[in-house]
Amino acid sequence: MTTLTLTTPRRADWLPKYGVYLAIAALIVYNAAFTPYFLTVSNLRIQLIQVAPIIIVALGMALVIGTEGIDLSVGAVMALVAALIPLYLGYGVIAAVIVSLLAGVAVGLINGALVAKVGLQPIVATLALFVGGRGLAVVISDGQLKDIRNADLIYLGSGDLLGIPVLVWTAALAILVVAFTVRRTVFGRRLLAIGGNRPAAELAGLPVQRVLITVYVLCAVLAAIAGLLSVGRIQSSDASSIGLLIELSAITAVVVGGTPLTGGRVRVLGTVAGAVLMQLVIATMIKNNLPPSTTEMVQAAIILVAVYAARERKTR
Amino acid sequence: MTLLEVAGVSKVFPGVRALDDVSFALRPGEVHALVGENGAGKSTLIKVLTGVYRPDAGELRYQGEPVSFATPMDAQRAGISTIYQEVNLIPLMSVAQNLFLGREPRTTLGLVDRARMDREARDILAGYGVTTDVRARLGSLPLGAQQMVALACAVMIDAKVVVMDEPTSSLEPREVETLFGVIQDLHERGIGIIYVSHRMDELYRICDTVTILRDGKLVHTGRLADLERVRLVALMLGREVSDVRREGFTVFSGDHAAADDTPVLRVSGLSSRNRLHDISFGVRPGEVVGLGGLLGAGRSETIKAIAGAYPVDRGEIEVDGAPLRHPTTVKAVAAGIAVQPEDRKAEGIIPGLSIRENIALSILPRMSTFGLVSDAKIDEVVDRFMKRLRIKAAGPHQRVGDLSGGNQQKVLLARLLATGPKVLLLDEPTRGIDVGAKAEVQALIDELAAEGLGVVLVSSDAEELVEGSGRVVVLRDGAVVGVLTGDDVTTESLLATIAEAGA
Repeated sequence: MTTLTLTTPRRADWLPKYGVYLAIAALIVYNAAFTPYFLTVSNLRIQLIQVAPIIIVALGMALVIGTEGIDLSVGAVMALVAALIPLYLGYGVIAAVIVSLLAGVAVGLINGALVAKVGLQPIVATLALFVGGRGLAVVISDGQLKDIRNADLIYLGSGDLLGIPVLVWTAALAILVVAFTVRRTVFGRRLLAIGGNRPAAELAGLPVQRVLITVYVLCAVLAAIAGLLSVGRIQSSDASSIGLLIELSAITAVVVGGTPLTGGRVRVLGTVAGAVLMQLVIATMIKNNLPPSTTEMVQAAIILVAVYAARERKTR
Repeated sequence: MTLLEVAGVSKVFPGVRALDDVSFALRPGEVHALVGENGAGKSTLIKVLTGVYRPDAGELRYQGEPVSFATPMDAQRAGISTIYQEVNLIPLMSVAQNLFLGREPRTTLGLVDRARMDREARDILAGYGVTTDVRARLGSLPLGAQQMVALACAVMIDAKVVVMDEPTSSLEPREVETLFGVIQDLHERGIGIIYVSHRMDELYRICDTVTILRDGKLVHTGRLADLERVRLVALMLGREVSDVRREGFTVFSGDHAAADDTPVLRVSGLSSRNRLHDISFGVRPGEVVGLGGLLGAGRSETIKAIAGAYPVDRGEIEVDGAPLRHPTTVKAVAAGIAVQPEDRKAEGIIPGLSIRENIALSILPRMSTFGLVSDAKIDEVVDRFMKRLRIKAAGPHQRVGDLSGGNQQKVLLARLLATGPKVLLLDEPTRGIDVGAKAEVQALIDELAAEGLGVVLVSSDAEELVEGSGRVVVLRDGAVVGVLTGDDVTTESLLATIAEAGA
């Protein structure tokens, strides 16, 4: 069998690898030609601001999926952050940021411990906080929508630095940090090894539990950052609606970007492209006055194509 | 008349000839032992007999008629039932539901008659020594009882042939007795039984005939009572050595240990659950200690326990004089233990990663500063080991999953050696690799011992074990039953020790 794979030329796997970039290019060309005001600075700005939180969350999701896991609790983390911020914003934006990050760390530790120590399946372990986290957030915020008037926090969510939104800068920084982590650090290589073959990684003496817990903490912290920035952007905190269904958008971005759900590989740029593609699809549909139901069906079709392409790669 | 037989059956998988011109015949009322080491072709033969695989060549005859089963279901309907090692029932359904699955008694309205089903299930199971509440979930029963339910299921569907694959491996002694009672009963009713097991005592107690397979070939078939235990073990392990193998064996050059050296690995009183009992042995620097025994004797478990990957209840492990308490895989590697697991694909290599990532996996902290990996350092190490072990690949960035078995094994060994270990635990290091790579791996083991490493070698290949080891510790049922030293390290004494009747 092994000799076969050595002698048979490798089947082209361009679809999972580059399909997402081609699709983005096609959509841009289409919109440039047919959609009025598409290639304007203000439109690009809106698109980037809308996609940035999804990218931040999807990066963490990609790391978790790289370990053959999944994290359903990212939306709940955003809700928890939204509920906590008004309580601490009185002490200044630094306090709000610290509390947000701590909330992320706490959720990540719980998820990671359930997966790595207790040995629950990731989908079940994170389902607990997916359900309970948002509920807790609503209790903390008393079910009320609170307006945010802190200028510093509003700057983080809606302000510009050198003409580019802070939100977009943050997403760009997150992309760099995650890409660097996956490619250059001991942690990143261990993560891929654990996703590729966990029993083998254990026998090789890797600190499997520690790496897994760290991965879930990173994912939750990224979600917390996304939550914080979203509160600053919307300029209000509503624990019952912020980050709703973002776990699905994030998983979609990761899968469409070519990261296999079977673990052992993380495509950072692919994930970013996956998020951008889904954003462009939605924008294109809206600008062509297609109803949301059509948009959803197109999204479903893209996910199916992506999963089909990944399936082909697995059976190679 | 034969009940079920195959004549000249062959089955080829990519790269392996799993069955090569094997013939097998089962008569009514016969208890037929099917034995052979891992990879001998037992499971493949069973799967051919039960309709899971279709043979590439040869004929399957059932009750005198040539047949061809399209699916396992067809074979089952024809009366051939299989009880697999892992019980194949539905744990979340009740015992009675499992027993009557697909054949539930109906009421006049066509609904399932639960009362009748439970009542009948209770009566049937009582005959198998299972007196549990039949409405309980099957999964809540002990494994032994589950197996009895599976057996009852098999017999209920009017089976004429029952295949049992290691039926006693999860049974308590009392349950084994019940099972043997049931087998005796089936025997008297003229049902043919194919019995797969490695426990000599059981085979000689209940089996009439035996068929021995090795490397996909039939090596012996006949009455079990006429076959000495030693002869049976010899046939199973393959005393007859082909020229190719002999060529491979000349590479071992013997003992490198100085007698007065302190052991680099000392294991004393190692016990684990019901699998390992009070195992003690030591390995001096430069010494290769073999672990002998049949499949299931506890060799792999011993290796895993030392490597921190199998729970240890009692016992001490010392590496180079330093005790290894509550071993975990992380601590074991840090202490200087490197383990090569038996199942290379499932527990050894990481197929999706490159050769260099695989080799560097255990030493990443040493290859990095402040958590950042230095590619230059890794390249240097990888280059050294790829040359030393003569790993044949397109380059260090090739996926390990695309390499041949022998090269995968070398990559794995390179990972172990890169950690600079004091003790190497090798579980079947030459299994599934070609002859050339086999000789190279054997030469390497020899070379490493000469450099002063302590090596523990597990091999089902008796010749390899004897030629490669300076001393052989023989295990049976998870306990040490003998140690061969000096001139005693021969296949004859190894086989004799393995075959000795249990205490």
